[in-house]
Amino acid sequence: MEEIQSLMQGFAIALSPKNVLLMFAGVILGVIIGVLPGLGGANGVAILLPLTFSMAQSPGGTTSAIILLSCIYWGALFGGAITSILFNIPGEPWSVATTFDGYPLAQKGRAGEALTAAFTSSFIGALVAVIMITFLSPVIARFALEFGPPEFFAVYLLTFCAFVGMSKEPPFKTIAAMMLGFALAAVGTDPVTGTLRLTFGQTHLLSGFDFLVAVIGLFGIGEILLTLEEGLEFRGTKAKMNMRVVLDTWKELPRYWLTSIRSSAVGCFMGIVPGGATPASFMSYGVARRFSKDGDRFGTGMVEGVVAPETAAHAAGTSALLPMLTLGVPGSPTAAVLLGGLLIWGLQPGPLLFVEQKDFVWGLIASMYLGNIAGLIVVLTCVPLFAAILRIPFAVVAPVIMVICAIGAYTVHNSIFDVWMMIVFGVIGYVFKKLNYPLAPLVLAIVLGDRAEASFRQAMLVSQGEMSIFFSTPLVGGLTGLALFLLLWPVVSAGLARMKRA
Amino acid sequence: MTEETGAKAAIKTRTMEIAAAVFILICGAIVIYDSARLGAKWGEDGPEAGYFPFYIGAILCIAGVVNMVTAFVAARRDDSNFVELRALKLVFSVLIPTAVYTALISPLGLYLASTIFIAFFMRWLGKYEWWLVALVSIGNSVVFFVIFEVWFKIPLPKGPLEAALGLN
Repeated sequence: MEEIQSLMQGFAIALSPKNVLLMFAGVILGVIIGVLPGLGGANGVAILLPLTFSMAQSPGGTTSAIILLSCIYWGALFGGAITSILFNIPGEPWSVATTFDGYPLAQKGRAGEALTAAFTSSFIGALVAVIMITFLSPVIARFALEFGPPEFFAVYLLTFCAFVGMSKEPPFKTIAAMMLGFALAAVGTDPVTGTLRLTFGQTHLLSGFDFLVAVIGLFGIGEILLTLEEGLEFRGTKAKMNMRVVLDTWKELPRYWLTSIRSSAVGCFMGIVPGGATPASFMSYGVARRFSKDGDRFGTGMVEGVVAPETAAHAAGTSALLPMLTLGVPGSPTAAVLLGGLLIWGLQPGPLLFVEQKDFVWGLIASMYLGNIAGLIVVLTCVPLFAAILRIPFAVVAPVIMVICAIGAYTVHNSIFDVWMMIVFGVIGYVFKKLNYPLAPLVLAIVLGDRAEASFRQAMLVSQGEMSIFFSTPLVGGLTGLALFLLLWPVVSAGLARMKRA
Repeated sequence: MTEETGAKAAIKTRTMEIAAAVFILICGAIVIYDSARLGAKWGEDGPEAGYFPFYIGAILCIAGVVNMVTAFVAARRDDSNFVELRALKLVFSVLIPTAVYTALISPLGLYLASTIFIAFFMRWLGKYEWWLVALVSIGNSVVFFVIFEVWFKIPLPKGPLEAALGLN
């Protein structure tokens, strides 16, 4: 029960007035970010990260900084449901499944019910995931303390192969996007020998490409360009939210307890796997439709059809932080940006964090409980306000968001060159997204590139260049084997499908 | 689908697929070239600087080739539009002002450049009344000035206007 004690200490840290204030500020900012087109969890956090540089230098400041940023993440997760249900626009990819039943409900004038159900089940999904993190992460961290370079490289390999195996996009497009990320990460000074790589005499490139600039461009500018194509206006339904609706819906929700449990389980499991939130929400929707007695009425506006994907998406979004904290391998782009933040603040993500930075880790975990409670309160009370933001015409919102993105990119290194890079990344993001090149592995590769390379080279040094080191022990061999299996999964599943047909 | 509505295609999907694959291939080639220059072999004291990136470049090239072949094969069936002319015009109507805006940040300072950018956007694309344009564009810069310069003490690029107002 050491965990409970640590958690209580964490609560003491997270409940300081300053941190509670930051929590609410983060959640409100996060919901606004989640609601606005062109600003999502990943680039919202990326834009605000430079603001925390000075905050992180005061004692205990890193904890406050991570609380602010992670609460923005929770807020963005909640915000996605608002746009899906009221406007039929999924703010984030994992909110797509929420539109299936959420928007029909809103059209029937039951938007308040749909929103309450979505927020409440998001909260429950997140809660289950946080409880899992509380008890599982110390165990995994202790286990991972024994990891050497080969094991770490095998974990990275597993992460990236999982992207190839699990994503809906064509495998070679995933590989291309990922390798582009690694190539961008390699630009600049080689961390081991100090030689300059891929800079071609350009002084701007000496320190390499910053992943924050890439994230802001790919997700922010790219998203705005995509949104522009759809036209300049959003049409949505109005939501009536009051205590009555909330309480009535809460009375109804316990009926779906089995769906909630199933969806939480799917979400927690898939969240640990990279890129898991989106498939988790679809999978959980599919499972709920199959098992529900009203399964054939799904899609016409069933509350259960909102509960299932929202629970899973939030559980997955939250549990994506588990591998980030314990292994230093983020499970989602937003988790990758948070990990990048840790590195900038001078913290080493990974198992040692649980030994050396106890206050930080447990403060963060405690803030996950509190942040989600804060989030639930904020969204339940302020929906009309947030929906009003979406009614501001795009001709006003778009340039303001562009300015915010530009400031965000500039503040990373105080350089105009980064703003130009942001625009270039924006065009790349726009083209890649339209051609089904996934952006998440690209971002993860930029963040993890140096660390993956370092562990690879260290492992190679140990083995004097023998690749067999990645199969030298059952643990590292198992990880590598699983990674290769996932990498080849598209081939295997295609073969299985062909055999079935024959 | 797009054909039915009579929308004019600016670029076909297959053209863009091939262009993207070529882009990937070129990136891969650049990485391989530079890794080879630095040494991608096993040095005296371990792997050389180009050891790891060399493989990255190689995989990039392979992925580029596969994607290109796929695009050529699919091109026979796929006649969809990557982007329609109308949409492309909209995209450029944002992209070009943004580029001009970025170019203006250095000489004018970020706050003045932002004001001009937002005002231009609202007036040109949104056709708003001048008073509203002025209110939003100037208000936006004032808010950001307070947040960054006063509150967070993060200096953003300033130009002649701030100098004239004594805000530097």
